[in-house]
Amino acid sequence: MTETATLNADQDIADSLCAQVKQAYDERTPLRIVGGNTRAFYGLPVDGEPLEMAGHTGIVSYDPIELVVTVRAGTRISDLEDALAEHNQMLAFEPPRFGSASTIGGAVATGLSGPRRPWAGAARDFVLGARVISQEGKLLRFGGEVMKNVAGYDMSRLMVGAQGTLGVLADISFKVLPKPTASHSLKLSIPLDDALKKLAELGRQPLPITAAAWHAGELFLRLEGGKSSVNATRERLGGEEISADLWRELRDLEHAFFTQNNDKALWRLSLPPNTKALPLDIAESDIFYDWAGSQRFIKTSLDADTLRDACQQAGGHATCYTPAVYGGAQAPFTPLNPVVEKYHRQLKAQLDSQGIFNPGRLYAAF
Amino acid sequence: MNILYDERIDGELQSFEKSDIIADLQQSVPSLTLLHREEDLRPFECDGLAAYRVLPMLVALPETLEQVQTLLKRCHALGVPVVTRGAGTGLSGGALPLERGVLLVMSRFKKILAIDPDARLARLQPGVRNLAISEAAAPYGLYYAPDPSSHIACSIGGNVAENAGGVHCLKYGLTVHNVMRVDIITIEGECMTLGSEALDAPGFDLLALMNGSEGMLGVVTEITVKLLPKPETAKVLMASFDDVEKAGRAVGDIIAAGIIPGGLEMMDKLAIQAAEDFVKAGYPVDAEAILLCELDGVEADVDDDCQTVRQVLEKAGATDIKLARDEAERAKFWAGRKNAFPAVGRMSPDYYCMDGTIPRRELPPVLKGIAALSQESGLPVANVFHAGDGNMHPLILFDANREGELALAEEVGGKILELCVAAGGSITGEHGVGREKINQMCSQFQADEISVFHALKAAFDPDRLLNPGKNIPTLARCAEFGAMHVHNNELPHPELPRF
Repeated sequence: MTETATLNADQDIADSLCAQVKQAYDERTPLRIVGGNTRAFYGLPVDGEPLEMAGHTGIVSYDPIELVVTVRAGTRISDLEDALAEHNQMLAFEPPRFGSASTIGGAVATGLSGPRRPWAGAARDFVLGARVISQEGKLLRFGGEVMKNVAGYDMSRLMVGAQGTLGVLADISFKVLPKPTASHSLKLSIPLDDALKKLAELGRQPLPITAAAWHAGELFLRLEGGKSSVNATRERLGGEEISADLWRELRDLEHAFFTQNNDKALWRLSLPPNTKALPLDIAESDIFYDWAGSQRFIKTSLDADTLRDACQQAGGHATCYTPAVYGGAQAPFTPLNPVVEKYHRQLKAQLDSQGIFNPGRLYAAF
Repeated sequence: MNILYDERIDGELQSFEKSDIIADLQQSVPSLTLLHREEDLRPFECDGLAAYRVLPMLVALPETLEQVQTLLKRCHALGVPVVTRGAGTGLSGGALPLERGVLLVMSRFKKILAIDPDARLARLQPGVRNLAISEAAAPYGLYYAPDPSSHIACSIGGNVAENAGGVHCLKYGLTVHNVMRVDIITIEGECMTLGSEALDAPGFDLLALMNGSEGMLGVVTEITVKLLPKPETAKVLMASFDDVEKAGRAVGDIIAAGIIPGGLEMMDKLAIQAAEDFVKAGYPVDAEAILLCELDGVEADVDDDCQTVRQVLEKAGATDIKLARDEAERAKFWAGRKNAFPAVGRMSPDYYCMDGTIPRRELPPVLKGIAALSQESGLPVANVFHAGDGNMHPLILFDANREGELALAEEVGGKILELCVAAGGSITGEHGVGREKINQMCSQFQADEISVFHALKAAFDPDRLLNPGKNIPTLARCAEFGAMHVHNNELPHPELPRF
C-alpha cells in the first residue's frame, strides 16, 4: 500500500472525538463541528475550537440486500454514493453537496435534500439510526440498522437538521434504495401559472415523476421508474429531452441561476404544495421553482420581514443562504414562535448544558 | 416482577384525594364530561393489550381544545398524571391507565377538517380513524398510506403517538414519514405547531420526535398527513415453500433484484393453517411457509416486476407460485394474512403477539431460536412476518386459565425480543414499548442512552406527569430487571441498589 493510500484509508477516530468533546464539556469551551467545511454559509458562524470530523471516515457496514448502509460521518458523500452505485443503489434523498469535500455528516446535520424530496422523502426520512457523541463525550447508539424501530424517542431523526447543536453525529445508518431502471428528463415551454396548475394535476396521478422545476418559462420534469411507465409517460407529456445534469446543478446550486448575476441575497423559500406565486416584487427571472413549487430559490434585495411575512401567510418559511451579505438577513432561519422556542431552549439545555455544541449556529439565542 | 406501575422502581406519584381532584376539575372545566364511578370507568381499564388492566381514577372525555388545555393546566398544577388514549387499540399498553391518574380520552375529536386534493393533504382531528382518511380521500384518487392491521378502528392520534406501521412500510414508510404537521398541547397547557404543510420547518425536527413518543411529550390535537395517488394497479403473488429458510432467502433475492414490493409478508405453517381454517384464503396448508408479494404502481411496470419476481421465486425454490387472478382473489390472499391474529386466536384461548425487528439476513437463526424457545416452554408459536421490513410478529399461544401460563408466555416473549436485539434488531417495530416492553428497553439501550431519553422527556415534562411509567424505564427498573446492557464489561450505575 502506498503512503497516500494509507493516509486516505478509512479510520475510526470516534475515541479521540469523544475525548475532545469530554474536554470541551469539562472546560466549558465551545466546539465548532467541521466536516468538509462546505456548508459554513448555511447558518450563523460559530466561534469555537474546531472538532474535525473529516478524519472519521469509511463505511462501517453495507448489506445491499438489507437496503442499509452505516457510514462514518466524515465520509465524503461522493465516496458513499460510489460504493452504493457499485450495487446499483442510491441515497434517495439526493443530498446536495457544495464542493467535493462535502461529507455525509454535514448533509445529515443540515438536513437538506435534493430534487427528489417531494416524492421520495427528505434526509430525515432515510436515517434509520445514528451513533451520537453526547455532551459528556460518550458514544451512544440510537435507532438502528432495521427499517422499523419505535423503541425509545427518535433521537437520531432529531439530530437531522439540528446542525450539531444537540450532539455530534459519529456514524449514521441509512435506508438506501435501488436506482430506478429508467430515467428521462424533459422540458416543456409553459408559463408559470399553467405550470403550477399542471403540476398539481400531475401530482394527483400515479406517475413516475421524481423531479419537477420551473424557471424562465420552462417546466423541467424528470421521470424515473420502470421502463414501461417512463416510456408511456414520456410519450404522454412530450416536450424536449434534456440532460439530467440539470438536477445535479440545481441540487448543488451550480446552475447558472446561482452562479451568474448573484449580486443580491439568495433565499430558499419552503412552501406548502400547490402554493401560487407569492405577491412579492421579484422578477420571474430571479426565481427558480423546485420540488414542484414547494421549494423556491429567489434572488432579492427585499428585507427579511417582508419575505418571511409573505411565506408565513402562505404556510411556509424562508431561509437566507447569504446571511449578512448582499443585504441578506442577520438571522438566516425564520425565527421561532415563543412557545416553540422555549422548548428548543429546554431541549438544548438538557442535551448541551454547557453550550459546547455549535452554539449560535441555528439561532443566536442558543 | 409485576408489569403494573410500581412506585418503588418507576418513581413516586403524588398523593391526593380523588374527591378533591374531581371537585377541582368540575369547577375549572364545568362543561367537561368526567367519569368517576367504577362502572363508568370499567370500559377504559385496558387498551388492546387486554392482559393488563388498571381502573383509572378519572376518565375525561373532552369535546373542545379549550377543555383539553384547561384540564392539562389543572393536572399540571395539581401534580396529577395524565394518560392520553385514542381508540384504545394499541398493543403495548401505551394507554394503560394509572390508578392515581386521569385518563384523557381523545375519541370525541373525530372530524376530518379538510381534504385538499391539489396539495394532497388531509387535516384531521386526532380521533379520526385511520381507514376513514383513505375513505375520505378516495373520491380524489388519493389515499393515506400507513395501514396498521387495526386500521378500521385505530385513530390517527394514536398512530402518531405510536408511530404506527402496517404491511406497506418498506415502500411507503411509517407514520413519521407521512405526517406533515401536528398541533400539540403541552402538559403546561401551551399550544404548539410542529412541522408544516411545507416540506420542512425551521428549528429542530420536533415533529419527528413527537412521532412514536407515546403520549409522553404532549397531547396531539390536530394532524396534517400527506395523501398519495392511488397506485394504478396492485398484484399479489403467493409462493409456497417446503422450508422456512428458503422463503427467508427468497425475500432477500427479491430485494437484490432491485424490486421494492408494496407489501412482502411471510407466514409459517402454524399461521398458514390457522388462517386457512378461519378465512379459507386458498393457502397451501402443507407448505412450511408462504410469501405474499404485492407489487403496485403503473400497470406496465407491475407486469414487468411480476415476471421478475416469479423468476426469482422459482430460482429460490418455491414449490408453487400463484398470481391472484383478479381483485377478488387478491383480497382473499390478503384476508388470510390480515386475519392471521384472530385466526390464531381461534386455535388457543389466549395468544401473546410480539413485535421485534431484525435485519432480514438474521431470519433463519432467529426462527430457529424461537422454535427452540417454543419447544422448551411447550407453548406453540405461530410466526407472521412483515418480511420486507424485518418486522416479526411471533404469536405465542397459551391459556391464561392455566396456572403460570401467562407468566410463561411473557417470559418466552421477553426472550424472543432479546433474541431480536442480539441479532442487531429492535424490541418493537410498530407496536411501541408502552408498558409491555418496558423491561426489554433495558436490553436494547445502555444506561447512558436511557439517560438521554430522560433528558428529552425533562425538556417537555420535567414533572413526569404525561404517561409516567411508559416507553422509557427508570434506571432503577433496569437495575432490578437485571438485564441492563453491560458495556465494556462495566455494570452501569453500580451505586443503585439491586433488589
